[in-house]
Amino acid sequence: MSEKHIDDYSGVETTGHEWDGIRELDNPMPRWWLITWYVTIAWALVYMVLYPAWPLVTTATTGLLGYSSRAEIRAELDAAEVARADYVAAIDSLSVEEILADDQLRIFAASAGAASFRINCVQCHGSGAQGSPGYPNLNDDDWLWGGTVEAIRTAIAHGIRFADDPDTRYSEMPGFAGILESREITQVSAFVATFAGTADTASSEDIAAGKEIFALNCAACHGDDASGNRDLGAPDLTDAIWIYGSTPAEIAAQTRAPRHGVMPGWNDRLGESAVKELAVYVHSLGGGE
Amino acid sequence: MHDTSDIETFDATPVNSARMRQPLYAARRKIFPKRTSGQFRRFKWLVMLITLGIYYITPWLRWDRGPYAPDQGVLIDLANRRFYFFPIEIWPQEFYFIAGLLIMAGFGLFLLTSTVGRAWCGYACPQTIWVDLFLVIERAIEGDRNARIRLDGAPWSVGKLTKRLSKHAIWLAIAVATGGAWVFYFADAPALLIDLVTGQAATVAYMTIAVLTATTYIFGGLLREQVCTYMCPWPRIQAAMLDENSLTVTYNDWRGEPRSRGSKKAAAAGEVVGDCVDCNACVAVCPMGIDIREGQQLECITCALCIDACDDVMDRLGRDQGLISYTTLAEYQSNMALATAGGTTAIDPKNIRGADGTLSDKIVTFNWKKLLRPRTLIYFAAWSLVGLALLFALLTRDRLQVNVLADRNPQYVVLSDGSVRNGYTVKLLNMIPEPRTLTVTLEGLPGAEMNVVGLDLPPARSFAVEADPDQLTTLKIFVRQPREEVQGQTQHFTFTVADEAGSDSDRYDATFDAPETRR
Repeated sequence: MSEKHIDDYSGVETTGHEWDGIRELDNPMPRWWLITWYVTIAWALVYMVLYPAWPLVTTATTGLLGYSSRAEIRAELDAAEVARADYVAAIDSLSVEEILADDQLRIFAASAGAASFRINCVQCHGSGAQGSPGYPNLNDDDWLWGGTVEAIRTAIAHGIRFADDPDTRYSEMPGFAGILESREITQVSAFVATFAGTADTASSEDIAAGKEIFALNCAACHGDDASGNRDLGAPDLTDAIWIYGSTPAEIAAQTRAPRHGVMPGWNDRLGESAVKELAVYVHSLGGGE
Repeated sequence: MHDTSDIETFDATPVNSARMRQPLYAARRKIFPKRTSGQFRRFKWLVMLITLGIYYITPWLRWDRGPYAPDQGVLIDLANRRFYFFPIEIWPQEFYFIAGLLIMAGFGLFLLTSTVGRAWCGYACPQTIWVDLFLVIERAIEGDRNARIRLDGAPWSVGKLTKRLSKHAIWLAIAVATGGAWVFYFADAPALLIDLVTGQAATVAYMTIAVLTATTYIFGGLLREQVCTYMCPWPRIQAAMLDENSLTVTYNDWRGEPRSRGSKKAAAAGEVVGDCVDCNACVAVCPMGIDIREGQQLECITCALCIDACDDVMDRLGRDQGLISYTTLAEYQSNMALATAGGTTAIDPKNIRGADGTLSDKIVTFNWKKLLRPRTLIYFAAWSLVGLALLFALLTRDRLQVNVLADRNPQYVVLSDGSVRNGYTVKLLNMIPEPRTLTVTLEGLPGAEMNVVGLDLPPARSFAVEADPDQLTTLKIFVRQPREEVQGQTQHFTFTVADEAGSDSDRYDATFDAPETRR
């Protein structure tokens, strides 16, 4: 550093650096700025003592106040747990009908059920529970095994054709490929398609023949009027809802070699309370009985 | 002409004038504004009384709204997102009223500034009001200007310490009361006061009071004129607002110059003397630490205290008031031209005075018609237009609204009999503090009927529902249309909501979706 240099124009000392004849004035920092700076230093020192500050190898200094963001969120979660303890206890002990009868419990259970549904059920039933070919739509009013909240709970708890649960709902339609002639299958499919309004190309003779074949082979499960049987999980063939399609070809395919969906039972996976919540949620979608 | 020897000459320096101002890093030089009396000082006391009165009393005014709403006249209920202003209640979506009022405040400020200059700064700005209030305390404890200067220069003693401590203690008390009054606008004032005193109020209330206490004490007591000069953007904007017809506090140097302390002696010696006796009274009273005789400047808040001070001196000298006055630039220039014979000579008092020494009638004084000029009329028209629009909106606004959200997933559901069902979330806004029975009706969509989740009602095209006072009622509604009535993928229909007892109603156009082909 050279000796002090005073700027001629302003009378202020310069830093002594020079760039192409330009020198930097060495004005003092503004007082408010200095005060603010000292305050931040003091603040930092106090903060380091009171709060977690210095990183160690696997942890950090804890600070005198013992503050921890993890402990804080744990406390918040615990508080939330306490806040909903009454509802959770009620759902544990009450039946689904009783839950449904209580407005507040119903709303709480349906919200909890909606959350479970989004994790466990949307893979097959869709994010809006609207289903897809082979997977039933849960919004509508057509229920293979019954649409009361208890029937829905049973289906969720034990599953459909779920081999691991002895209480599961089980039914299988035989494949008629080895029982009926191919022509007979076409005829009975034409007859069934009349319920769906899709049998336009079939002759009336075929339909009449199909009706007789139906009475002999199908009515035992699907009923004389084809309206199904919930005890057996036999679908109503007269309604507008066709899980595997409603054209004669689709009906014939299902008659020859029926496909059967499998739903796991959820009691062991989610626990009884979560199943109750799911049942209340599914019942609330608009088709519950 | 009276003798000037009985006029005290003040040893006052305009430390904040452009001529004297120090570099920004230098410590502030204190100013000790002298007490004044006069018409503008009286007006300022009145404005202070009214504005502080409004500020402190408003939260305590009651307004009966019935059993379902708070009875506080002015209340900003942040927790429930409601704003009450006497008979008016504003919901969050009606915030445009506040925006409109802010626009009006902006135009009002433009109008005020283009006519009477920085009247906001000089009379009504909270900074000015609180600094004035703090100066009252300072004068009461430490005395007027000369006593304060002496005290400031005196070495520390018990007496000085006592005065300083009591002054700052009272300032802090005022600051706490300032912050304390603010929080009453956000909660029921009497209940909050009890909570505050007993230490049971919300933390945010104490924090707010602490912050406002700090800002009031620092801005009003310690920073004072520095807030106006360095922190406030308004002095920079005002240049665009003023024109040659705006009233500003002006030193009429065409009359005052050449200034002279011993004017009688100078006049006797045959020198040219103006009305200004250079007593520095205008500098001594200035709360901004400037000299108005240097012309219009950024620091001047036009508080007009120098006018009072100068008029007092002129009265004692038996001269005309108005050496410092509210004057427009146009008048000033006209009079200056008169005094300098069109700029050809130096200022000569003879040009503006008759033979008998009275002021010439060629001197232009303020004409109130100057207030009516295109600029101010346009500001006034814009201000009125916004005001009328707000008034119209207020008088015609709905106190009953319906919002409808159609289910998106699934958009529609086909039921076993082939009929189609759509789900809707219907929100009824009952915006009056009274419970109402509302009727929700379907308009259009032939054959369709509604089911309401949670209400045990048979399907119907219309149903009644109880809406809570001043609340949002949310309903989940399923609309079902028989398959033979369904016409196309998208049908338009309307939800209407009506208050059976009154005349309020609202409608919402919704769509009903159906599958492309139904089998």
